[in-house]
Order: sequence, then structure tokens, then C-alpha cells
Amino acid sequence: MGLFDFAQIVPYIPFILEGVKVTLLFTLLSTVFGFIWGSILALIKISDFKTLKGLAVFYTSIFRGTPLILQLTFIYFATPQLTGYNITQLQAAVLTFTLNSGAYISETIRAGILAVDKGQREAAMSLGVPYKRMMLDIILPQALKNILPALVNESIALLKESALVSTIGVADIMQNANIVKGTTYRYFEPYLIAGGLYYIMVMILTWLARVLERRLRRSD
Amino acid sequence: MIKVEELRKSFGKLEVLHNISTEIRKGDVVAIIGPSGSGKSTFLRCLNLLEVPTEGHIYIDGEDITAPKANIMQIRQKIGMVFQHFHLFPHMTVLQNLTYAPMKVKKLSKEAAEQKAMELLTRVGLADKADVYPSKLSGGQKQRVAIARSLAMEPEIMLFDEPTSALDPEMVKEVLEVMKSLATTGMTMAIVTHEMGFAREVADRIFFLDGGRLVEEAEPAQFFTKPASERAQQFLEKML
Repeated sequence: MGLFDFAQIVPYIPFILEGVKVTLLFTLLSTVFGFIWGSILALIKISDFKTLKGLAVFYTSIFRGTPLILQLTFIYFATPQLTGYNITQLQAAVLTFTLNSGAYISETIRAGILAVDKGQREAAMSLGVPYKRMMLDIILPQALKNILPALVNESIALLKESALVSTIGVADIMQNANIVKGTTYRYFEPYLIAGGLYYIMVMILTWLARVLERRLRRSD
Repeated sequence: MIKVEELRKSFGKLEVLHNISTEIRKGDVVAIIGPSGSGKSTFLRCLNLLEVPTEGHIYIDGEDITAPKANIMQIRQKIGMVFQHFHLFPHMTVLQNLTYAPMKVKKLSKEAAEQKAMELLTRVGLADKADVYPSKLSGGQKQRVAIARSLAMEPEIMLFDEPTSALDPEMVKEVLEVMKSLATTGMTMAIVTHEMGFAREVADRIFFLDGGRLVEEAEPAQFFTKPASERAQQFLEKML
């Protein structure tokens, strides 16, 4: 047995690769829900509803002001205790990451909305376009274009931070690498493979973002 | 058609419009002129409530639009507005810019909205630009599209807020031509402008604002030859 012994790990590679599906599914769900939740929070923050606004700001400060791993542990273990509902690992993980990234994304979206030229709003208003339609059709599409790079960064961060869900036993890349480590007593190889997988996924995402951005720039 | 009664507008402690009362009749073309900071734009923007008056009343077709329960969205559909900086929707093509509000607000079918839009684009001489994005247009073309976009809602009144001030000099004419031809259709128009020649030629009446007051209201022939107020005389001396 040499210093590196990948031969011993080879049979476990498919097992580690299975984690890719979980990691990707998890990242996708958290990004989509986080984005929807973040948009709602952002719209509340720029609205005139004083109480709701205060709540949204408070909410954001809580999720940005405490460690993610604590939020995850809290939701996974405290939910059954408080509600009696036996939350699954994946549910707890998606819920935590949605609530957390929603807080971060809401700030990005809020800034993006405020950066859209005020004249766009006035033009829409002067045409009699109602507030909701104006936001959905005129303001948000322009805001999203501006903040797209920031949103992609957020989803890349989510992809990497998703490794935290292994702590509550979700069978993602990280967790499967842990299991292989436990079975083979080899540390270097499984984690190297896991690291490589994360790196490749992040690179693909970065590339996709660049393509998307170029397409969105058509109208410039 | 538009009746303004004792209109006042303040931004914080600064009162920018002092007690303006006037009337714009159906089919009138009114040019609103005056020095910078005289409140011309604010006055115009009060007419479709982009600025909410601090005091006073504005009646459109007898309806008090400053009343708390007035349906602002419905009123705005009757009043088109053209801005100094166009404010076309950059993520939509020219055609989509024109069909968006008629389809989403007036619930016109896509076909009907597009037919109307193409008619209007032809009228402003830009039918060939229907499928391009606004960023590909010159300033003058953008403003003509903006005018067509407002007209697509079939408004009864058109407000123009310095429509040629952001344009290169050689593009001013094409926009003024479109406005001139619109005036001949009997459209009620209120135009904030620095184009004195245009005001003199096209307007039925001139509103001269200075320091937030409607100092003088007169027909162009009279205003440009024998302005009644001293402020207007001084202003015209500088302008002409």
C-alpha cells in the first residue's frame, strides 16, 4: 500500500458520484426557492408596508447574523421537537438553505430594483400599468439582468456550502466521501475526488453564467 | 378638459408651485415655457399625478383626479406622457414597447395591438424599426417611438416634458414634425419646451411660468410680440 492508492478507491467512485445528483438537486431546489423567497422579501422591503418591512429587515439580519451550520442543525433537530413533524434530512436542508439564501438574495435584488432608472417606473405609470404588472414585466427583468452575476455567485456559494448538509446526514458528495473514508480508512483519495467534483461543477456553472449573460446583453 | 384650481406643490419645505389656476380646453395645444427651475415640469407632472399636488384640485373631464378615491390608473390611461429621456423599455423591441400597455392594461388582443402599433410606427416613419431594440435607435428615433408608444393607448391628452432637450440638434426637427402633425389631428397637448419657434408656430396658447407662478397666459402672437409681464419680456430678450 503506497502513499496514494487510487486502485483501492476505484470501486467506490460510483458511490461518490451518486452524491453529485443529491448535491445538484439540493443546490437547484435551494437556488430556485431562495430566489423566489428573496424576491418576495425584496418587494416587501421596497414597499410601503411599515410593519412587514420591519419584519423583513429583522428576518434578514437574523439569517445573516448567525452561522449557517447552526441554522441547519436548529431546523433539523428543533422542528420535530417543536411541531412533532418528522422533517426529513433533505427537507430540513432545502428549507434552511432557502431561508438563508433568501435573506442574502433579497438584499441583492433590492439593490438591483433600486438601480433601475426611475424613468422606467414613470413611463410605466404614465401608461396606466398597475404596480404589480410594472414590477413583474418592466422593473424586475431589468433588475435581474443587472444582478445576474451576483445571483450566479450566490448559487455557486450555495453549491459549495451545500457540503454542510452532510453534517445532518444528507447523502451528498461530501457525505459519501465521508462514508468511503470510514470504510477504507483512506482520507486523501476520497476527498480529492470530492473536491475535484465540486470544482468541475463550479466551473460548469461559471461557464453557463457567462453564456447566459452574453445572451441577455443582446438588447444592449 | 383640464381644469387646475389653486394648485400648490411643495417638496419638503420648498414650495415649487404657488397657487396655480388655469384651464386647458379640448383640442388646445399649450406650450409651457419659462426659465429653468420655474416649475414647468413639476406642473406638467402634476397633471397625471406623477407628482402628487400638496394642495388644490385638478379636474380632467370634470373628474377630480386629486380626490382620495380617484382611480389614478384609469385616469393615466387617458393621458399620454413623453419624457425628455424617452424611457423606452430597453428589454423590449420597438413593437413590444408599443403593444405592451394596450395588451396588458387595455386587454387588447395581440393582433389588434400589433396592427395599431404598426399604424402608429408608420405614422412616425419608423415601421422598418419594429423588431429592433431601442438601444439601436438614434435619440430622435427613440423619441418618435416614445410618442407612438403613448399614442398606442389612445389618450385624450398628451403631455410632453421637454421632448427635444436631450436630442442632438439635427434630430430636433424630426420630433417636432411628428408633434406638429399630431397637433393638427386635434389632440389636446401640453408641452414643456425651450423651442420658442415651435411654441410660436404650433401652440394655441402659451403658459409662462416663473418662480413657481403662472405669470402669463396668452396667445403666441401676443406673447411673443407684446408680453404683458416684465419677467416675460426679460425672458424673451434672452431667448430670442
